[in-house]
Amino acid sequence: MTSIVDSIQKTFWSTYVEFPFLFTGIIVIGGIVIFIVMAVNALIAVYFERKVSAFMQDRLGPMEVGILGFKGGKNFWGGIGQTLADAIKLLVKEDILPKDADKILMILSPFIIFTAALLTFIGVPFSQNFVISDFNIGLFYIVAMSSIGVIGIILAGWSSNNKWSLYGSMRAAAQIISYEIPIGLSLLLVVLVTGSLHLGDIVQWQENHRWFILHSPFTFMAFFIYFISVVAETNRTPFDIPEAESELVAGWMTEYSGFRWALFFLSEYANILIVCIVASIVFLGGWLSPLHLFNIFPASWDLLDGPVMGFFWIFFKAIMLIFVMMWFRWTFPRLRVDQLMYLCWKVFIPFALANLFLVSLWELII
Amino acid sequence: MEDQLLDKSVIETGEMILNMGPQHPSTHGVLRLKIHTDGEIVSKIEPIIGYLHRCFEKHCEQLPYEQIVPFTDRCDYLASMHMDHAFSITVEKLLDIELPERVEYIRVIVAELQRIASHLIAVGAFGLDVGAITPFTWTLRDRERILDLFETLCGARLLYNYIWPGGVSHDLPPLFVERTLKFLDYFDPQIDELNDLLTTNKIFIERSADVGVIPADIGINFGVSGPSLRGSGVNFDLRKNEPYSIYGKFDFDVPIGKGEMGTVGDCWDRYYVRVLEMRESAKIIRQACAQLPAGDVHVAMPKKIRPDIGEVYGRYESARGDVGFYIISNGKNIPLRVKMRSPAFCNLSILSEISEGWMISDVIAILGSLDIVLGEIDR
Repeated sequence: MTSIVDSIQKTFWSTYVEFPFLFTGIIVIGGIVIFIVMAVNALIAVYFERKVSAFMQDRLGPMEVGILGFKGGKNFWGGIGQTLADAIKLLVKEDILPKDADKILMILSPFIIFTAALLTFIGVPFSQNFVISDFNIGLFYIVAMSSIGVIGIILAGWSSNNKWSLYGSMRAAAQIISYEIPIGLSLLLVVLVTGSLHLGDIVQWQENHRWFILHSPFTFMAFFIYFISVVAETNRTPFDIPEAESELVAGWMTEYSGFRWALFFLSEYANILIVCIVASIVFLGGWLSPLHLFNIFPASWDLLDGPVMGFFWIFFKAIMLIFVMMWFRWTFPRLRVDQLMYLCWKVFIPFALANLFLVSLWELII
Repeated sequence: MEDQLLDKSVIETGEMILNMGPQHPSTHGVLRLKIHTDGEIVSKIEPIIGYLHRCFEKHCEQLPYEQIVPFTDRCDYLASMHMDHAFSITVEKLLDIELPERVEYIRVIVAELQRIASHLIAVGAFGLDVGAITPFTWTLRDRERILDLFETLCGARLLYNYIWPGGVSHDLPPLFVERTLKFLDYFDPQIDELNDLLTTNKIFIERSADVGVIPADIGINFGVSGPSLRGSGVNFDLRKNEPYSIYGKFDFDVPIGKGEMGTVGDCWDRYYVRVLEMRESAKIIRQACAQLPAGDVHVAMPKKIRPDIGEVYGRYESARGDVGFYIISNGKNIPLRVKMRSPAFCNLSILSEISEGWMISDVIAILGSLDIVLGEIDR
């Protein structure tokens, strides 16, 4: 697996570009790639979520806003411009900071959350050879970076000087930190089997053996523990207690508006994409074509392999998982705080630990 | 160092007062709850009402009887037909007049349709309060159909001014009965769908079963009535126990809470009683549509209603409970005093009693299961 950083270095190494320029160039290019992915992801995901929720709720969803001169209405493209219009609205909206808020922290916290999402993307591969930087501890890095965001959430809730925000951030802190553990344990199980934290190696192992979700009953269960836990970690229904719009108004985001709120939003959808890509890489074979699961296809199907189709497969799997998360959101009620903690500490963590033990036995015996 | 950190005089610990409302997404209007909390645990609730006070009772002392009906409409804006019906039967009791049969049947049909519409809001909004968004849009979709029916009936969708003392404002429009029956045929499977989506959902049961239990005796002491009391297993429905209008003629059951998912009288029971009542209302409408007689839709009333000197109390089973109108007449065309017993007001009064020790999320659920309408509480 080669990464963008590596290939830039390799290309410019022989041309004697000064190291500071090379360094800056790598950062700028990497940042632009990540930002484009994040922005496009948010645009598409918001539209997707609106349409999914609308069809589940017997509505049409956004239909009226067109795009690029195409007028909306009862056409299939009707409403596509809605998300873009919303983004513009958020950018030009008046920025309100409450009088008694801790202004420095309140301005800082959206950037902390955004930075956490941005940094996580450095280690997330989008295809076989398309990752910003290829770590040999990639999985560990992603798990570590994605938990930085909670600092921003706590600061946001505290600095807003609003009781609802404070409630939201305390709930978020408890929830996100708790659910790190089952996530870590279920990913650890994969690391235990493959013996590597490198995402490329994990996919390579799956290519040589089989997808982790199908590998053993315990990895199958680990996938579900992982998936439900990431739904909780990204604060989606039925675990959206930090935002809980019917209880806490908007939770820790109550006092935010305009661009700062948009940053929260962007990072939220970026986090969803990250966890779904990680799930598809670690458990669902990453950029491998699912057609190889069934040995009934002719050899010409091999054309669907390779780095370019890898993009397609990885995003196909991730978007399917995102769809399931949306399905959850528009179907389930919300759990209560104590029930959420019960689920984490008394169900998922014991099961994940038992899983870890049993998969070790499985690997020894079989 | 440690002592300093734990020193109570340095770090102040105590209850936090949380103001929920009057602008809050789930206080069902402009209710303000002053919640004393310790972390998430609620120790005391003070409901503060009056943000929607519109001097209904004072208005009634200035207006002729027939002009009060638009004001009763606005009391319980989710069940306007019930309020009009309640006021009208009280005035008719004061006047001591007999109504044509057709009027009674029409009134029963629209009142039961209104009960379904109101319960749909209650059920959907309760789902919304515990975080399920989709059931709310489904129930609103079905409610729209009832509102469409009412629109063909009297032109209004929310505040009807349809049931007047002495009759109803218009006869049923053509095809109204057919449309109603068609709606009921459509509506019955929708209840099953709602049950699949929400009622039997594990998370929903976790959130609502055993939460906010109203024991029957405490409920009665607080004056709780309607589905909220029947959820506690008390079989009391004015349509059965003190039949007004022509409810004695119909065959229907009074659903009561049985504690299927938890304790009798919990939020789930109150929710489920409403779901079952929708079925019973549909049953009543079917019977009434089948027996609907022909005839006049109002009795000949004098231009000015002038009841004899006296007083009257009329009770009515509205979607929220036992509505009462107490009217004192001094022989003029304007009542001397009108007092309304608001069921939602009495139902709200028990909130503080039953939500002590529960979490903030549960308070929202309990409030949702009581199904209050602030227009009726504040009057």
